[in-house]
Amino acid sequence: MSSATDNEVKLPTLATVWLDGCSGCHMSLLDMDHRLLDLLEQADLVYSPLVDRKHFPDYVDITLVEGAISSEADLEKILLVRAHTKILVSLGDCAVTANVPSLRNPLGVNAILERVSDGGQPKQPDTVPLLCAHARPVHTAVKVDLFVPGCPPSADTIFFVISELLAGRQPDLHAITRFGL
Amino acid sequence: MRVVTLKINGQEMSGREDEDILHVAREHGIDIPTLCQLDGISEWGGCRLCLVEIEGSSKLSAACVTKVSEGMVVNTESARLAGYRKTIVEMLFTEGNHVCSVCVSNNNCELQDISHDLKIDHISLPYRYPLKQVDASHDLFIFDANRCILCTRCVRVCDEVEGAHTWDIAGRGIKSQLISDLHQPWGDSPSCTSCGKCVEACPTGALFEKGKAAGEMVKDARFLVYLAEMKEEKS
Repeated sequence: MSSATDNEVKLPTLATVWLDGCSGCHMSLLDMDHRLLDLLEQADLVYSPLVDRKHFPDYVDITLVEGAISSEADLEKILLVRAHTKILVSLGDCAVTANVPSLRNPLGVNAILERVSDGGQPKQPDTVPLLCAHARPVHTAVKVDLFVPGCPPSADTIFFVISELLAGRQPDLHAITRFGL
Repeated sequence: MRVVTLKINGQEMSGREDEDILHVAREHGIDIPTLCQLDGISEWGGCRLCLVEIEGSSKLSAACVTKVSEGMVVNTESARLAGYRKTIVEMLFTEGNHVCSVCVSNNNCELQDISHDLKIDHISLPYRYPLKQVDASHDLFIFDANRCILCTRCVRVCDEVEGAHTWDIAGRGIKSQLISDLHQPWGDSPSCTSCGKCVEACPTGALFEKGKAAGEMVKDARFLVYLAEMKEEKS
């Protein structure tokens, strides 16, 4: 979506990442409606499930992460994202607490594989990434700069978060969101 | 009954000498967080959230079980207390399996409220993910041990108000668990009268009515007011 040329002022860059979550946080992001256009005048959305770009850029100013870390692929991805992001935001309860994906944690991976193995031996399919022992919050793997609880955080909350970060401020979210909301 | 004067957070106040710090503070508009305390049943002092600093003592004291005395100087807010309270609540989250978004008590939960009041926006301690059971054997109610914080409000209300003593705590330390009667399914309990007081007294979604979906278990506020009023009439 970047159209900046050498003559134009370079806008800050924005990315969103989708790990183990239901995509509800991304739906909430889209719920911003016309305010999305306002935001895109202030920042370039350079990577997201919503834009067509295969590889995470070398440098991103703000990355919002939806979802828990549940597989080896999630882990690999978040390490890459962290290494190339200035401000990493855990967006929504799955990123912040592991939320619904963590319901499997007490049962163990084998019990989950049994369920999907149709009565056969529990077997990790080789066509999908390896499941980690636990679905876990993003901050247990990498440093997180801002936590935005909520299931999902409202469009207003996400708009506030991005606007404040773009303005160079640390948003105070206490009054507007919390676990489970 | 003698009246004593004391200072809480720099504010001069008086209270009866048989009153605890928690209630004298509340009467004067100072709120101290609690989870195991419930007006109308005995004080337990178990959750440790109401810890306060008392001048002249290096130890912290639980406000709900510490009586006021003449000349006492109490502090209910400090960075040290806030740190302990935050850690206590974080430990409650890691010791169980609390998933607010799909819990029957979402947005009607005292644990959720307190975590928000303490500005907890993530859990910094390692999660334990214990394997815990759900007992749905009772006709009307369900006990989900994943959400139980062992505050014993159900134990006390069942024993002291209903007089049944169906609930109690078995085991010690991290193995502590809520059991009905002789550790048998709740539905088989010969002592349970199905009165539902435990469900109303539960601060989380651990005890709830059957048929309630996420966010639908709203406790009857009148019940807790009634409990408190009954105690006042007695004293």
